[in-house]
Amino acid sequence: MTDEKPFLDIRNAKKSYGKLEVLKDISLRVNRGQIVAIIGPSGSGKSTLLRAINDLDPLTAGEVWLEDVQINKKLPHRQYEKHINQVRQNIGMVFQHFNLFPHLSVRENVTLAPKMLKGLSDDEAEELAREQLEKVGMIDRIDYYPSRLSGGQKQRVAIARALAMKPKVMLFDEATSALDPELVEEVNLVMKKLAEEHMTMVIVTHEMGFAESVCDRVLFMDQGVVVEEGPPEKIFRNPDNERTQNFLRKHLANANR
Amino acid sequence: MDVDLMMRVYPFFLKAAVVTIELSVLTTILGLIMGSLGAAARLSRFAALRWIGAAYVSVIRGTPALIQLFILYFGGPQIGIQLDAFSAGVIGLGVNIGAYMTETIRGAIIAIDKGQREAARTLGMSQVQSFRKVVLPQAARLMIRPLGVNINALIKGTALVAPISVIELTYTAQRYIGSTYKPFEMFLLAGVLYMVIIYVTGRGIAWLDRRARIV
Ligand SMILES: Nc1ncnc2c1ncn2[C@@H]1O[C@H](COP(=O)(O)OP(=O)(O)OP(=O)(O)O)[C@@H](O)[C@H]1O
Ligand SMILES: [Mg+2]
Repeated sequence: MTDEKPFLDIRNAKKSYGKLEVLKDISLRVNRGQIVAIIGPSGSGKSTLLRAINDLDPLTAGEVWLEDVQINKKLPHRQYEKHINQVRQNIGMVFQHFNLFPHLSVRENVTLAPKMLKGLSDDEAEELAREQLEKVGMIDRIDYYPSRLSGGQKQRVAIARALAMKPKVMLFDEATSALDPELVEEVNLVMKKLAEEHMTMVIVTHEMGFAESVCDRVLFMDQGVVVEEGPPEKIFRNPDNERTQNFLRKHLANANR
Repeated sequence: MDVDLMMRVYPFFLKAAVVTIELSVLTTILGLIMGSLGAAARLSRFAALRWIGAAYVSVIRGTPALIQLFILYFGGPQIGIQLDAFSAGVIGLGVNIGAYMTETIRGAIIAIDKGQREAARTLGMSQVQSFRKVVLPQAARLMIRPLGVNINALIKGTALVAPISVIELTYTAQRYIGSTYKPFEMFLLAGVLYMVIIYVTGRGIAWLDRRARIV
């Protein structure tokens, strides 16, 4: 497993905002079908790292590769735009605040990009939308507008929207953090389903229980560095590093409050 | 109050009201064009365009519309711009209101949560595609009301072309005062007609706004 050629490869990622170093030389390799969780305190750079993967927040230095394509290639503006739009079709992203398109129905949210970018016919798009919405359990809301959905439902539609592009990797940035506690489970279930289908995923999360149950590997980040990484049993049960221990202890205390 | 006199002259005022409406419509169209260009410039990724957009807005908003109109109509011929009064009126007022509309349109666009654009971009949509299919349709709904405010101001602003002798409502009122010495009646008549135009426009905009609501 470990000597397999990496699917997603982040090499020596560095990112600064002015003088503030947000990522300090981070490397991360994810194999095909692997599920990696990134945990860490607020401001540690988790989102920045995740958003560097599809070049939403470009790195200051370092490289990001998906299979044999470098994502963050330096190219003249026009060429870069063409390149990145192509690359991003392979990388699904799910946001904390869903970012569904409020002026479009659930169906249109899911079909907009595939129709526009892959030239699907209306029938093909309809079939695709049904297939994806079926998967996330939202087929009965296909004609709804986002404003009439609960947070959990919105997030499931957002996942269907990302899946409709048939991505090779899915990125989740605290997909359940904005949800009421009773709605978290329905989204977790969808993510577990993806895990069972061997979707490659990078998941930024504050939910240690969920991370432990679905992930192959956990990264603990603090102040822009990966402090410790390893299998979930190790990181959650028996971490070596004192910072990891402290973080988990604090986190547990908060969760039990 | 001389009601008889008002009854006798009101057909001429109606004709003048038509001119005011024409002025308003053409000014709105030009204003929307200038406003869209202005907003595009102000939001451009090229610094030079942003600067031009900002300069346009601050020059226009920093000087009286009447002075702008006078420069165009009276000063224009000196630098080779020869316009009839009506055209000068439309261009002067249109360029003027365009600066205000620039800010309205830009405001509506930047009010759309940046997560919307990000979501579109992460799906692989280009800048243009995400703007056209995701940002603009939402911004367009947001800008209907504030553009209505601009249009309301513009209709009242058409009175500014009276001094350059466009035969619209205000000019007509002044002319009849010259011959009748009844300013109260004449201005009242013009005022009522302005109100009707503004009321109908306002209702139209409210209707559009309601229809465009996101369900
Ligand atoms: N656009 C920006 N400009 C300046 N600083 C930024 C910007 N975006 C993020 N930062 C800073 O970078 C650091 C890391 O932010 P990031 O959002 O990656 O943290 P995070 O680990 O995702 O935190 P959270 O758990 O709160 O989401 C923070 O100190 C943040 O203030
Ligand atoms: Mg974050």
